[in-house]
Amino acid sequence: MTRDFPPPVTGHVPVLRLGDVLLVTLQGDLHDSTAEQLQQDIGEAITRNRAAGVVIDVSGVEIVDSFLGRVLAEIAAKARLLAAETVVAGMRPAVAITMVELGLFLPGLRTALSTEDAIRLVGGGDAHPAARPGGTRQGSP
Amino acid sequence: METAAGVEACLPIRSDMDLVWVRQHVRQAAALLGFGLVDQTKLVTAASELARNTLVHGGGGRMEAAHVVRGRVNGLRLVFADDGPGIPDLDRALTDGYTSGDGLGMGLGGARRLVHEFAIDSAPGAGTTVTVTSWSVRPPLPREEA
Repeated sequence: MTRDFPPPVTGHVPVLRLGDVLLVTLQGDLHDSTAEQLQQDIGEAITRNRAAGVVIDVSGVEIVDSFLGRVLAEIAAKARLLAAETVVAGMRPAVAITMVELGLFLPGLRTALSTEDAIRLVGGGDAHPAARPGGTRQGSP
Repeated sequence: METAAGVEACLPIRSDMDLVWVRQHVRQAAALLGFGLVDQTKLVTAASELARNTLVHGGGGRMEAAHVVRGRVNGLRLVFADDGPGIPDLDRALTDGYTSGDGLGMGLGGARRLVHEFAIDSAPGAGTTVTVTSWSVRPPLPREEA
């Protein structure tokens, strides 16, 4: 029954750019300070890249406690103020069950089952910008 | 019991790095004791909330983990103790939405819902001790030949 644990994540989580979508993959056990650093990094990356969407892949996250839940909700709120939509993708069923029992519903957070679905939701990765939900951003002429 | 080595521990809670070790220890111990994935996740999440309380509100402390047995069922008991200022109004502190820090106010009340047994002992100036126990509902029986 013994398992190997991924080393705790410290420092920076990479923020990747895919077209006008930012992709962040959370993995393993996140240090509080790393999660707070990530909020700041995403905000800067949105403005620097004029990103329309942020996709946070949490399929490698084993627990979301109230601290990490708050960080996710704050990332989404800050991104919205910077005209970007956030989607949390790939949450494990056990994590979702636990969050609801904990009382952490995060109603403002959009979710998708996979990263691919999430990227489609925020209108990235296709050649049809008109099909983007919300459509508040105009395609360049 | 051979699992005792991976379960029994006393871990300091002095920094957010220690919260990571607490979570990893609880997950490993729960897995050793035969907890299912959802029960492991609940217990680790509860431990994370309680350890953060110990750190943020109690000014640091420790967690003790112990293997307990009831009949043929294994359990994991976690004791979070600090020598901080204590909690003046326990009923209020257990209410969802109540917070004295900057969290979502889910810490104590939420953690209580994630474990099978929950006890808290605190008084102003006397620190806080939270004891939680969860049971692996299906004990890890040896595989029987059909």
